Amino acid sequence: MRKFDHKDLLGIEQLSVEDISLILDTAESLKEISTRDIKKVPTLRGKSVVNFFYEPSTRTRISFEMAAKRLSADTVSISASGSSIVKGETLKDTARNLQAMNPDIIVLRHSSSGAPHLLSKEVSGGVINAGDGINEHPTQALLDLYTIREKKGKIQGLDVAIIGDISHSRVARSNILALKKMGAEVTVSGPPTMIPVEIEDFGVRVVYDPLEAVKDKDVIMMLRIQLERQSKMLFPTLREYSSFFGLNMKLVREAREDAIIMHPGPLNRGVEITSEVADSPCSVILDQVANGVAVRMAILYLLIGGSKGDNID
Amino acid sequence: MITLIKFGTLVDPVIGLVEKGDLIIEDEKITGIFPSGAFKEKIPQINIIDAANMLIIPGLIDMHVHLREPGYEYKETVASGSKAAVAGGFTALACMPNTLPPNDCKSVTEFIIDQGKKAGLAGIYPIAAITKGQKGEVLTEFGDIRDAGAVAVSDDGLPVKNSELMRRALEYANFHGLKVISHCEDMSLSSGGVMHEGVISTRIGLPGIPSACEEIMVYREIALAKLTGCPVHIAHVSTEESVDLVRRAKEAGIKVTAETAPHYFSLDHSAVLEYDTNARVNPPLRTPRDVEAIRKGLAEGVIDVIATDHAPHNALEKEVEFDQAASGMIGLETALPLTLELVREGVLGLPEAIAKLSWNPGLILGTGGGGLNKGDYADLAIVDPQHEYVLRKEDIVSKSSNTPFIGKTLKGRNKMTMVKGKIVFPFS
Repeated sequence: MRKFDHKDLLGIEQLSVEDISLILDTAESLKEISTRDIKKVPTLRGKSVVNFFYEPSTRTRISFEMAAKRLSADTVSISASGSSIVKGETLKDTARNLQAMNPDIIVLRHSSSGAPHLLSKEVSGGVINAGDGINEHPTQALLDLYTIREKKGKIQGLDVAIIGDISHSRVARSNILALKKMGAEVTVSGPPTMIPVEIEDFGVRVVYDPLEAVKDKDVIMMLRIQLERQSKMLFPTLREYSSFFGLNMKLVREAREDAIIMHPGPLNRGVEITSEVADSPCSVILDQVANGVAVRMAILYLLIGGSKGDNID
Repeated sequence: MITLIKFGTLVDPVIGLVEKGDLIIEDEKITGIFPSGAFKEKIPQINIIDAANMLIIPGLIDMHVHLREPGYEYKETVASGSKAAVAGGFTALACMPNTLPPNDCKSVTEFIIDQGKKAGLAGIYPIAAITKGQKGEVLTEFGDIRDAGAVAVSDDGLPVKNSELMRRALEYANFHGLKVISHCEDMSLSSGGVMHEGVISTRIGLPGIPSACEEIMVYREIALAKLTGCPVHIAHVSTEESVDLVRRAKEAGIKVTAETAPHYFSLDHSAVLEYDTNARVNPPLRTPRDVEAIRKGLAEGVIDVIATDHAPHNALEKEVEFDQAASGMIGLETALPLTLELVREGVLGLPEAIAKLSWNPGLILGTGGGGLNKGDYADLAIVDPQHEYVLRKEDIVSKSSNTPFIGKTLKGRNKMTMVKGKIVFPFS
């Protein structure tokens, strides 16, 4: 029997190829639940999941909440502004207090890289990293893999371009690790100010020219450009950024004919991606969102789902 | 009171000698040195210390520590830092001015010296700020603070940005016989960074501090030393290029001296991989290549001094998210074994290694000390070079325990420390 032998999901870094395949396969069997009339199974009845979001998030938080509820887990959501964080409580103290209430899973979104690793040492339940600083966003990468596999039938051997602010993107970091582990070829592109030093160590190719970067690619993954980076001198103006690195139809035509376009959201329409591309048939952006629920259900199930590997119905 | 330390091996960094010998200490000073076992005179009430299989070294001098008093007594005090110092074999400390208030005037300098006297363990030599409030705007009263007992000036972690001000500081400090110590960091380039910018920072997603932010400033200080003809001391060198810059400056006859800290020759940036906040220091731990260059710089004499940059922080400041943690690690109790590791690995000879921890900093600061000759103050340590032990948190003497060496095996341990003939850390 295939086993998922982890307490936490801190990053793609800690997962094996087998772990990733197991998550994707499990998600595939769970996806159908969301299409039913009654979108609920009793699998995680009596389990409690805390969604703990230090940073604002809509998509990821709702996705986790839906995933937990469709498996009948009890969920509590906390955001930094409505918690003791604003009263100056440290993450460690917050963790100890949560631990005293014995949740089965804490889903953490935090602005500091490594925060879930710190939390994990303080709690006996599982910790799921829902994005930590500029380090990782493993569930995003897993839902991206799922979407790619669903659309392309495979991941191995595909050519993927990731374009944007690679330096400050946890989505890029997790996706690079995940895609390389699953045997895809990865090219990263963006202005040199946004490409981290020694990124080649991940086994990726760096191509600054976006036209060349997208050439003959199976998948183009755009990253959200964070507007506050402008003040960090990483690019002069949004206008200039979008004219060089924004994904438009001209660039898309350089990719393979059956290429798919991905974006983790939220979109800055007209900045990193034109509306024409975002709303085109090759865009799978909304499939990513739909698959997010299934993938997160799979992760919750594998981490705390009683006798692992049971049939679900 | 007469003390005889017999059967030990004397390490004299001044003449580079390691040989068996006995020391006679009367009151505060060394009054006789004899071949091992040769001292036969019968003296009533002599205190005899058997140092068989031990090294007798001059008391170590640490020219870069943070004692946190006044203002941050919850991290360390002059007394607790002195206690940690003598446990580690140090008999003199030069403490940085980033206290609260900062040491930028006579009264704070005097207060620190007083606290040192009250503690009565190691010699305490304050380093005062270059500028009022370490703000980089107005020079402090160098003459006044020198008279109060300060031995050097430095704005340490808030380095002087204004190059003209730094030039004037070098000129004016030289006139007053004060050394200027520069923490080299272009803070506009390091801003936001929390670890070395390199393959590890890219891997674990932490904002990086490029090596260039140190090197730019090292070069500026060298250029200013050349311009003014005044000496400058470069604190905690951490990069390959910094070592090369200092090497070339020395070859050109520019008056520059340099120090590094044990963590820069013992650890590289991979120590941060598990987000270990105890491995967060400034300058950050660099690459294995930099570590090699630091070791070479020590071996070739480019780096004159090993100083700990002992930087105590409370758990409150370390048991937090990595990017919110304070920078710095304690070092007084680990410097000696880590330096002896360099000797075992053949990087440094034993007297050269001890010189970098005693004689050289004493010379640079003008405090003297660091010798084992007849007539010298009996500031010394007795060290068991073979003693291997695992560093445990509960055994740390300092008020803080922020060090990544907890749980690591160290070899070489200080067994006894004497300051001016008085045993301040008893045989253990």
